[in-house]
Amino acid sequence: MTSGGFIERLQTGLWEENPGLVQLLGLCPLLAVTTTFVNGLGLGVATLFVLTFSNALVSATRRWIRQEIRIPIYVLIIASLVTCIELVFKAWFPTLDRSLGIFIPLIVTNCAIVARAEIFASRNPIGASIADGIGMGAGFAMLLMGIGAFRELVGQASILSRLDMITGGEPFHGFSFADSGLLLAILPPGAFFSLAIAVALKNYIDQKRRNAGMQRSLRQSR
Amino acid sequence: MEFVRREAPYLAPKADVAAMMLQVLAALIPAALAHVWYFGPGFLFNLLVASAFCIGGEALMMRARSRAPEAALADYSALVTAALLAFALPSLTPWWVTATGSLFAVVVAKHLYGGIGFNVFNPAMAGYVVILVAFPMEMNLWVAPRMGDIDYIGLTVLQTVSYTLTGSLPDTLTFDAISRATPLDAMQSGLRGMRTYAEIRTNPMMGDFGGRGWEWIGNFFAFGGFWLLVKKIIRWQIPAGVFAGLLIPAGLMYIIAPGANASPGFHLFSGATILCAFFIATDPVSAATSPKGRFVYGCGIGFLIFAIRKWGSFADGVAFAVLLMNMATPAIDYITRPHIVGHPRRADRQ
Repeated sequence: MTSGGFIERLQTGLWEENPGLVQLLGLCPLLAVTTTFVNGLGLGVATLFVLTFSNALVSATRRWIRQEIRIPIYVLIIASLVTCIELVFKAWFPTLDRSLGIFIPLIVTNCAIVARAEIFASRNPIGASIADGIGMGAGFAMLLMGIGAFRELVGQASILSRLDMITGGEPFHGFSFADSGLLLAILPPGAFFSLAIAVALKNYIDQKRRNAGMQRSLRQSR
Repeated sequence: MEFVRREAPYLAPKADVAAMMLQVLAALIPAALAHVWYFGPGFLFNLLVASAFCIGGEALMMRARSRAPEAALADYSALVTAALLAFALPSLTPWWVTATGSLFAVVVAKHLYGGIGFNVFNPAMAGYVVILVAFPMEMNLWVAPRMGDIDYIGLTVLQTVSYTLTGSLPDTLTFDAISRATPLDAMQSGLRGMRTYAEIRTNPMMGDFGGRGWEWIGNFFAFGGFWLLVKKIIRWQIPAGVFAGLLIPAGLMYIIAPGANASPGFHLFSGATILCAFFIATDPVSAATSPKGRFVYGCGIGFLIFAIRKWGSFADGVAFAVLLMNMATPAIDYITRPHIVGHPRRADRQ
């Protein structure tokens, strides 16, 4: 795998190899917490931080980690970072921490993070690894927020509900558009449907672009 | 996944898909009339809404898949889906609930899998389960059947239409006044409340076997089903399997503990058992295809219906049972491949 420039790494993470949309990694938190936009944002930002720092640390220590025990060491690094994030959440966003519950500690087991440590950070210099962490983390966070917003809109007919969990202040129940939504979107099947729609949309856009590109090159070759 | 396909030289079928679907629709007419008689004209409006959205969704999806919409609409399969969905719904259902179910059935369960012939799940049941989960309140408002009761409050045609369109009742009526627990609901909650079967049967809503009114609609389904059997539209294996899978465990449980279990007769004539056995489970696309496989498939549905009614959280389990067995269909077909004449049987080969 080539390291490439910063922008290229961002593009890879956000779109071409998006951990949620293309690699289908980390589906457990993706499906479980995305009932609202705010929940998605909270877990997405937490994952982004953990992924960026774990990539940096794994890359920095890659020459000293023995091949045979690399996975336990990655897990140790990731777990200590997750502990930091969890303490930060508990200190500054206590309500959001209660809302996300077990899924903050469970970031340790998010396979997207171990996968990036194994595939990318252990073979590339620090700069490229940090760029990769930001790209992949942002890609995952964007997907969490997108699916969260979609499920909230369809399921509760509101948006940005419980924004107070991030900003503080009075409980805020979001901008509501109707009395009730399609309950199915909030339920677990709705998470699978939403992810399927997102993956289908991504493939559709890719296909459109490929077709357009092919036609361009055809015209040029004539 | 690769599934084994049979490549024998088949005889040409006598009837095409359209003729078959029309006969299924015709076989549903007696039960439809009975449904209207017992539960009021709401069924007709549900059927109208479901048909409109099934046909609309089918045409839209054919257009989206750049095929001619006429080709799909000419086989009437969308109408059969709409009819089965309408039978599953309470007679008073707001139009948007019906529309959601119809569109899910046709767009997601049928066309996203490749249209008729390729759908893994029974479209009508998939649509029904979605609205059952998404609109639990609207889907549990069953009115009492008209049985000559003194306190029977029937809605007029106009009131039914206005409910279908707006989802609200006239000011003088409340849901508590017109809606009743279904016989299956009453039986399930009664048995779980430690009341005996005989005690629950004394409730005036119970009839000879199932609930009053309900059992008669079941009879008309059976009437249409037998006609389909005579016409060879469906084979006997699936209905026989459903009845065996449901009634044998129900009968055994009833013999062992007659107080704590509903009788097999009650299971047979309640809910959608007969509708399922003759019309839903026999869907030619999503059911098993080998003769032995059909029976196994039916037995599985029957047993799952029994299990959901006895231990599940829903009063009736037909839709879930059918969808679960749809998932098992490829495996059943693979295991029960018929023996080919001239080839050694598996036992002989060893």
